[in-house]
Amino acid sequence: MTVSSTNPADKQQGLVARGLREAFFAGLISLGMFSLYIGLKTDQNMRNELVLVTRWGLLATLVILAMIGRFLMIVVVQPRLAARKSAKATAAHGQAEVPGFVARNLTAIAVVALLLFPPVIVSLFGMQGSLKWIDNFGIQILIYVMLAWGLNIVVGLAGLLDLGYVAFYAVGAYSYALLSTYFGLSFWVLLPMAGILAAFWGVILGFPVLRLRGDYLAVVTLAFGEIIRLVLINWVEVTKGTFGVSGIAKASVFGIWSFDVSAPNNFAKAFDLPMSSAYYKIFLFYVILALCAVTAYVSIRLRSMPIGRAWEALREDEIACRSLGINTVTTKLTAFATGAMFGGFAGAFFGARQGFVSPESFVFLESAVILAIVVLGGMGSLVGIAIAAVVMVGGTELLRELTFLKAIFGPDFTPELYRMLIFGLAMVTVMVLKPRGFVGSRQPTAFLHERKAVSGSFTKEGHG
Amino acid sequence: MNSDVILRVEHVTMRFGGLVAINDLSFDVRRGEITALIGPNGAGKTTVFNCVTGFYRPSMGMISMTQKNGTVCNLERMTDFTINREAKVARTFQNIRLFTGLTVLENLLVAQHNVLMRASGYTVLGLLGFRGYRDASKAAIENARHWLERADLLDRADDPAGDLSYGAQRRLEIARAMCTGPELLCLDEPAAGLNPRESLELNKLLRGILADTGTSLLLIEHDMSVVMEISDHVVVLEYGTKISDGTPDEVKNDPKVIAAYLGVDDEEVDEVLEEITHVTDEAQA
Repeated sequence: MTVSSTNPADKQQGLVARGLREAFFAGLISLGMFSLYIGLKTDQNMRNELVLVTRWGLLATLVILAMIGRFLMIVVVQPRLAARKSAKATAAHGQAEVPGFVARNLTAIAVVALLLFPPVIVSLFGMQGSLKWIDNFGIQILIYVMLAWGLNIVVGLAGLLDLGYVAFYAVGAYSYALLSTYFGLSFWVLLPMAGILAAFWGVILGFPVLRLRGDYLAVVTLAFGEIIRLVLINWVEVTKGTFGVSGIAKASVFGIWSFDVSAPNNFAKAFDLPMSSAYYKIFLFYVILALCAVTAYVSIRLRSMPIGRAWEALREDEIACRSLGINTVTTKLTAFATGAMFGGFAGAFFGARQGFVSPESFVFLESAVILAIVVLGGMGSLVGIAIAAVVMVGGTELLRELTFLKAIFGPDFTPELYRMLIFGLAMVTVMVLKPRGFVGSRQPTAFLHERKAVSGSFTKEGHG
Repeated sequence: MNSDVILRVEHVTMRFGGLVAINDLSFDVRRGEITALIGPNGAGKTTVFNCVTGFYRPSMGMISMTQKNGTVCNLERMTDFTINREAKVARTFQNIRLFTGLTVLENLLVAQHNVLMRASGYTVLGLLGFRGYRDASKAAIENARHWLERADLLDRADDPAGDLSYGAQRRLEIARAMCTGPELLCLDEPAAGLNPRESLELNKLLRGILADTGTSLLLIEHDMSVVMEISDHVVVLEYGTKISDGTPDEVKNDPKVIAAYLGVDDEEVDEVLEEITHVTDEAQA
């Protein structure tokens, strides 16, 4: 009988040796590939002559990076993936794994973390230093979370592909901007009004596209988004065209305290605090957090109501819906209107936050980003979409901060220029690994015996 | 058997461009009976169904549905979803149309949309958490449970509908149609693709529906064993025209029907008829 050498220390040693060997070959290959591309560079000098510039330092960095990457891949990543695969295979036969503490209390943890976010940031970075984190990260991400949750009702639940969602965001923003500058109405009056107006425009869009499906629907909604933007640009007397509307009134704490510097009831003055713009941002953070909470609550409640089930049924099979006595016209219109309403709320908030709106903020790219968040997160899943928004919006913001890359690629390297590239790569990677988005399964709205998630392979994307 | 008419199809013609799919068709479906609509492929059976359930609007003719309380609905003037909601006619499809991504239970809850919609105050009251909606949704789940038991799907209630076997999907579609509380249930080839045992179960389910709820049934079927066994009344179509109408036995011996199924020209019908009578006489002798 031979004793097999399954001694972990031996195994580890063999692995390291193999890793070193593979790393060496990876280094050779990358050296061969990069020496001409990166090691040598032709430049024009002052006299317009071509000169050869050598960049051995950069070449060495890249080769070493490739070697380290290969080594880690062999020694750390591959064994871990293999272990996970075998663990999964054995677990599949046993009982379903019990979700951990974090997974069970995800919502509660997220809410507490978000409520504590501003004070923690302020204590870490000081009043002025907190601005970037609360405004660029916190508020920005939450606006997109809200927009994506709104669009989720239309695309994720009802299965109506809407490429012009940003139009409702624009309607909300301009409703607030124009009505507050022309009529001096306050934010808290105009917030619901912006929602109602956007919902109204949702219905207006809904009517002509009722009979359209799939690609045709997508094209018409795309056109609708552009129409709204072009109207905003060209209706100069009202919207001031490309100049945009500036000096939009700030939101106040329900009219009790104002954030205007000159106002007698200024927030900082009322509490004898040093003047800072951070108070307004912190206040706005909590406002958008509350708006997100409302959106989530309404979405969750609507899903378990007949109208929400009808939306999902519409996504699955429209003809069957009609055979069951469901009025598909009103069902579609309510989906458009509800989705648009949340877009309108987010738009009004955006106007109050920026103090300035112009048609440039409502280009097609915004619609695409919001739709990408919904698809990346997993259509229909609120948690998945929130994660996707953090990754997409927070990720692009974070890439601005990657100044340490300058140390590697030289002082000329500007990470901002590459962030869209990295971002695109990341999206492709995610969609290859998780084709149904971060959360691909669907939670049923009612159950008899036990709640079992429905695998993404059964749900349909809808045909418009 | 009471013989009042629940569905009366009168002189219905359906044209698609130059093609006449149904030609001046008239027949009655009586309350409390199972009526079968049979005929060779392309005879226009599914077109009749689509006219009855509002997916097509007939070019000519009248389709009237008499409910238990005496209300008469003119189906040819109603849109598809009002036919289910107001006229209480439910249907299934030849190629099963389930909501595959929803669970079995959810499929049955979607079918009770209109009841739940009213109970939830058109979403507004339900959103605010009023009691009425919670009670109604409990009642809806109980109703769904009842139909799941009938269709023998109770243990699959929380599985996605797309995960069921073919026969179970057929039963689920019937259960879903019954959850809308219809007075007339139209089944488009309910036994297609079922094995003999499943076919038998289906017969039992359909007979049970008729006996317990008083829902009348109109079905299209190719499986003659199913048709002859469970139907009280058979209507035979060929090329969009009715060629026979009566009890299963009458229809079975109708030479026109035999000719239609065996594919004989009209002139030869008398010949075939003679042959058949000859053969049966010989057999009896």
